[in-house]
Amino acid sequence: MMDRKLPKYKVEIDYDKCIKCGRCATNCTFGAIVYDREQNKPIVKDTSNCVACQRCVTFCPVGAISITPYPVVYPAHGTWTPYHIRAIDEQARTGRVLLAGTGCDRPYPCVFDYLVWDACQVTNPAIDALREPVETRTFLGRKKRTIKIKEIAEGCYDIEDLPPGVMLSTPLLIEHMSLGALSYNAITAMLMAVTEVGTLMGTGEGGLHPNHYKFKKNIIAEVASGRFGVSPDYLNVAAIEIKIGQGAKPGHGGQLPGEKVNKLISETRGIPIGTDALSPNPQHDIYSIEDLKTLIDALHEATEYRIPVGVKIAAVNNVAPIASGIVRAGADFITIDGFRGGTGAAPRVIRDNAGIPIEHAVASVDQHLTEEGIRHKITIVAGGTLRSSSDLIKIIALGADVGMIGTAALIAMGCRVCQQCPTGKCAWGIATTDPVLSQRLDVNWAAQRVANLLRAWTHDLEEVLGTMGIDAVESFVGNRDRLRYIGPNPHEAQILGVKHAGERIRLGGH
Amino acid sequence: MVKKIVIDACPRGVKLYHRELNKKIREAIRKGYDWIVLKNVSGQRFIGAGIKDKVTIEVFGDAGLDLGVFFEGERIIVHGSSEYLLGNTLNGGELIVYGDSWDITGMGARGGAIYVMGDGGSRVGIHMKEYKDRRPIIVYGGSVKQYCGEYMAGGIIVVLGLDFKDAIIDKSKPIDKDNIDPKKIKNKPDPIVQSDLAAGIHGGRIYIRGEVPNHLLGVYAVKDKVTKEDREILKSIINRFCELFNTPEELIWSKEFTKVIPFSSRPFGKHYSVTLI
Repeated sequence: MMDRKLPKYKVEIDYDKCIKCGRCATNCTFGAIVYDREQNKPIVKDTSNCVACQRCVTFCPVGAISITPYPVVYPAHGTWTPYHIRAIDEQARTGRVLLAGTGCDRPYPCVFDYLVWDACQVTNPAIDALREPVETRTFLGRKKRTIKIKEIAEGCYDIEDLPPGVMLSTPLLIEHMSLGALSYNAITAMLMAVTEVGTLMGTGEGGLHPNHYKFKKNIIAEVASGRFGVSPDYLNVAAIEIKIGQGAKPGHGGQLPGEKVNKLISETRGIPIGTDALSPNPQHDIYSIEDLKTLIDALHEATEYRIPVGVKIAAVNNVAPIASGIVRAGADFITIDGFRGGTGAAPRVIRDNAGIPIEHAVASVDQHLTEEGIRHKITIVAGGTLRSSSDLIKIIALGADVGMIGTAALIAMGCRVCQQCPTGKCAWGIATTDPVLSQRLDVNWAAQRVANLLRAWTHDLEEVLGTMGIDAVESFVGNRDRLRYIGPNPHEAQILGVKHAGERIRLGGH
Repeated sequence: MVKKIVIDACPRGVKLYHRELNKKIREAIRKGYDWIVLKNVSGQRFIGAGIKDKVTIEVFGDAGLDLGVFFEGERIIVHGSSEYLLGNTLNGGELIVYGDSWDITGMGARGGAIYVMGDGGSRVGIHMKEYKDRRPIIVYGGSVKQYCGEYMAGGIIVVLGLDFKDAIIDKSKPIDKDNIDPKKIKNKPDPIVQSDLAAGIHGGRIYIRGEVPNHLLGVYAVKDKVTKEDREILKSIINRFCELFNTPEELIWSKEFTKVIPFSSRPFGKHYSVTLI
């Protein structure tokens, strides 16, 4: 009795409107609404099970369902908030580590919200992006300071020894999300979308399903500590990424619980059905920058230097020198994942507290590499809560070449950010391995929605670049001078390398 | 009909960089050679990286780290020692080392077999995994150090505890089958493994020849009885080992094996809570 917890949400069915079709009960996977055979109508069985995923609300044909915050308040207290009380309650009950999905849900200030950007007025003309070309193509891979041009035949020229690179139609790609964390349909839909748009998607550490090899020109294969599904065929894709860390759980590996490892997952990852798929926290062959270089070289060798090899790290305190080491280890691109980035499952204490925001991380990495004279060598990919095209534009101005989205793509497919990913009960058929639930996601519909989102953000980017008078996104990378800071902390502006709004530029070198 | 080619890894006294050496190996494969002999190898890395073709690579000298990384070919034979990370993420084929091979051998291997005559370092067979008929095997003729089979998720590790030091007939020649005197192979004293054996194991099995005291076992590892089925598995593996390293089978069977298996396939199942809070 004492173990009973206070519900978070209250589900109500308005029986004046209800036509008793039972769709809400069929769609509820968490056991909040069930169909009562005796009364012949759907009933709210246990409102404490409701996670506000809105599946029932969306599928109710008459709008009879409402979900509200549970109308019992916790005693008002500024320190002992429900966030802490509920966690203590649960840990006191079980003695376990709390798992959580998606990204950090604490209301930390988001630095993106403190930044605004510049536009052309009088002294420099804006470009009309609807009629004039604004280039959004970007290359993922290592770059050279100088290139040599040789004549291969009379009048025909080629560039000598160009390092491997992948062309993206837009500086936006979809982050690593594995088959296992997400359903087969969700992964297929996103792969279809990136293929249509001409950008890339990461495989996560789940290997590559045989049916997904056809998308290989638009795939970044991840090599992480568990090495699931890594084979010579798996490496024959557009790019390879060594995962050292993830924004949502820096320093933590990953685990796919045994109950999620069904036949589909087992054949993709190459492990028996029902065993835990454990990715150790460190890569046991990488204890130093030299060891990292070994793995980068091994991957370059195994792929005959044809495709770029990148390294993904979480944004942590010393991210800038680490990034510098990665460039020197020979990586072709660096992916930095901010602390608000998403996950299928991570210990809540890590998700909510470890790492630093992506805005600070990218700005400091960009400035550090520039000071060391090696920024031009590498492509920086950054993500971890890009919520809108404005966040994408700001992160590029802070120093990233390419932005990446994860949760935003899931939201495009129907995700309501209810944070129940680790349970595997996703009512939208996204974060689940259950084949029945997975079927709920219409692949073509979802692919179209994700492709639309990628295109819309690209158009937003074109429009904004036009208003700033910039005709190619590559010349906007790291252009912090076009940003201004309007937040509460001038020191933060200094760290970001951004001037405060209204700050006058002193001319004449004084 | 085997088509054989010899590549000098140190032509005119200048050591080839690994990138050039691997390029030469791949060129030879493209030309249709299926037996590639590398002579004068001295620590070149990544030999045989990501090769899928059914070829045999024979290495004379000591191979550098990451030998046979992502390999899926037929066989790599080393007449000498190999540095650490032998068979990193091995997919298939056979890696045979007539010498020692140090740390993290067979990391994340998904198939294939690794036979090492001598000793190993720490974290041998870390995170190996198996699926259906793909079951990686690591056999060490000598002894290994700490964390053998850490995080192991499948496959088989066998440690035999034999001492080949006095059994090499002519030390000036590269070691191969004919250069081993079977009568002079000795047993090493127990235990032939060190602490934290199979820490975090959740699949697969480890066979250690001789006694393993309980305090050497890592978390989630337990000892189990060697059954008839285990003997069948061991028999085929030991058969191959004896064939490769000219070792009498009776010598190996003269001591009992200790089998180490996981306590559960879900060691951390009860560590986390996924309740809505």
